[in-house]
Amino acid sequence: MKRNIFIVITVLLCFILQSTVFRWLAFGGIAPNLLVIITATFGFMCGQKCGLWVGFFSGLLYDIFFGNVLCFYALIFMYLGFANGYFKQIFFKEDIKLPILLITLSDLSYGLVSYILLFLLRGRFHFLHYLMHVIVPEIIYTVLVTLILYPLIRMINGKLDGTEKRSEDGFA
Amino acid sequence: MRRKRQKFTIPSKYLLLIMTCVCVLFMAVTFFTDFLASPLSNFAGGVILPFQSGISKVGSWMNVRSQELKNIRDIMQENEALQAQVDALTIENNSLQQDKYELNNLRELYKLDEEYADYRKVGARVVSKEAGNWFHSFVINKGSLDGLEPDMNVMAGSGLVGHITEVGDNWAKVMAIIDDNSNVSAMVLSTEDSCIVQGNLETMDQGVITFSKLVNGETAVKEGDKVVTSYISTKYLPGILIGYVTQIQSDSNNLTSSGTITPAVDFAHLEEVLVITDQKASYTEAGEN
Repeated sequence: MKRNIFIVITVLLCFILQSTVFRWLAFGGIAPNLLVIITATFGFMCGQKCGLWVGFFSGLLYDIFFGNVLCFYALIFMYLGFANGYFKQIFFKEDIKLPILLITLSDLSYGLVSYILLFLLRGRFHFLHYLMHVIVPEIIYTVLVTLILYPLIRMINGKLDGTEKRSEDGFA
Repeated sequence: MRRKRQKFTIPSKYLLLIMTCVCVLFMAVTFFTDFLASPLSNFAGGVILPFQSGISKVGSWMNVRSQELKNIRDIMQENEALQAQVDALTIENNSLQQDKYELNNLRELYKLDEEYADYRKVGARVVSKEAGNWFHSFVINKGSLDGLEPDMNVMAGSGLVGHITEVGDNWAKVMAIIDDNSNVSAMVLSTEDSCIVQGNLETMDQGVITFSKLVNGETAVKEGDKVVTSYISTKYLPGILIGYVTQIQSDSNNLTSSGTITPAVDFAHLEEVLVITDQKASYTEAGEN
C-alpha cells in the first residue's frame, strides 16, 4: 500500500517537473525524459507488472495533456516498463551500470519509436538530423538526471522494503 | 486448519496483452470521437494544473535568477564599451527622433495596426510546455470558464503564436506554429501572394520555420518581407504577423518557391500570451452583416 502511494506520487511529481521546471532548464530546447527514467527504474526494480502499470499511467498522463490520441504514449511506456521487468533477475541494488544501460536503451527505443510513428510516417526522412538533434541529446541529458534521480528512488524503495519486511515479521 | 487461499493473479504476459487491447481500443475511441475528453480534462484541470502553475512560476523565477548571475560578468565588461557608444548614439538618436515621428504617422495609416485593435483579447499565462522533445505545444491557465474555445488564435506581443486545440475548464492547450504538425495558410504582405507556413523540427535549431507553395515568389518577394496570416485561412484571422522571410529559393517546378521564415515571437521565452476571443467564423459573419 505504502509502495503504491509512493509510486503514484513519484509519477505525478516527475510529470509535473518534466513539463514545468525541466522545460525551463532545457539545453538547446531539449529536456530530459523523467517518465522514461521512472518507468524503467520501477520495471527492473520491482518487476514486469509494476513496470507495466507505472509505464501505463505515466504515458496516460502524457496523453491527457499533450497527446493527440489517448493511450498512444501509454502503450509505448507500458512496453518499456514491461521489457525492463525482464532484467529484475540480474539487477543488483549497488550496481549503477545496469540501470544506466537500461535507461539509455529505454530512452533510445522511446526516441526511435516516436520518430518512426510520428515523423517517418509523415514523410520526414532526415533520420540522422533527428537522431543527432533530438534523440541523442535527450539520452545524454536523461542519463545525467538519472545519476541524481535513480539513487533517490532506490533509497526510498529500500526503506519501504525494510518496513514491509518488518511488518511481515510482526505478523509471523 | 484452513489453508490460506492463494491470491488470484493474472500472469504478467496476459496482463500486457489485455492492457495492449485496452490501449488500442482507447486510441480508436479518442481518434474517432471525443467521448472521453471531458472527464479526463476535468481530472487534469483539477489535480495537475494547480501544481504546474505553481511550479512553473518558481521555474521561471529560477531561470531569471540564473540568467542574471550569468549575465553580471558580461555586463561589467559591456558597460565600459557601452559608455563610449552612448556618446556616439546620442548624436544619432537626435536624427532618429525625427524619423520616429514620421514612422508613427505612417503606422496610424497602416491597416494592419487597425485590425489588431479590433480584436478582443484575453491575457493568459503559460503554465507548462510539451513534456517531450518532439513537438511544441503548451498549456495556458485559462479555459472554457474564461470563454476560450478551440481554434481561437493565440498571439504574443505582435506576432502569431498558434491556435487552441483543446479546452478544459481552467486550461487550454495551444499548438504553436513552430510545431512540426502545424500548417498555417499565410501571405506575403508586400505582394499578397499566398503560401503555406509549416513548423519544422529540423530547422528549429536555426530559429526558423519553413514556408512553401509561394506562387511567383522569387522575383517579387525579398528577404525581410513580412509574412502575415492569409484571409483564406479557416482558423486564423487575417493579417496577424507571423514573421519575416529569411531565405527564399525557387522550387524545382519553377512555378512556386519555398524558403524559411523567422517567427516574430520568441518561442523560447514565452510566458504570457494573448488569446483572441474573436473566431474567424464569427468574425467574418459579423463583417458581412
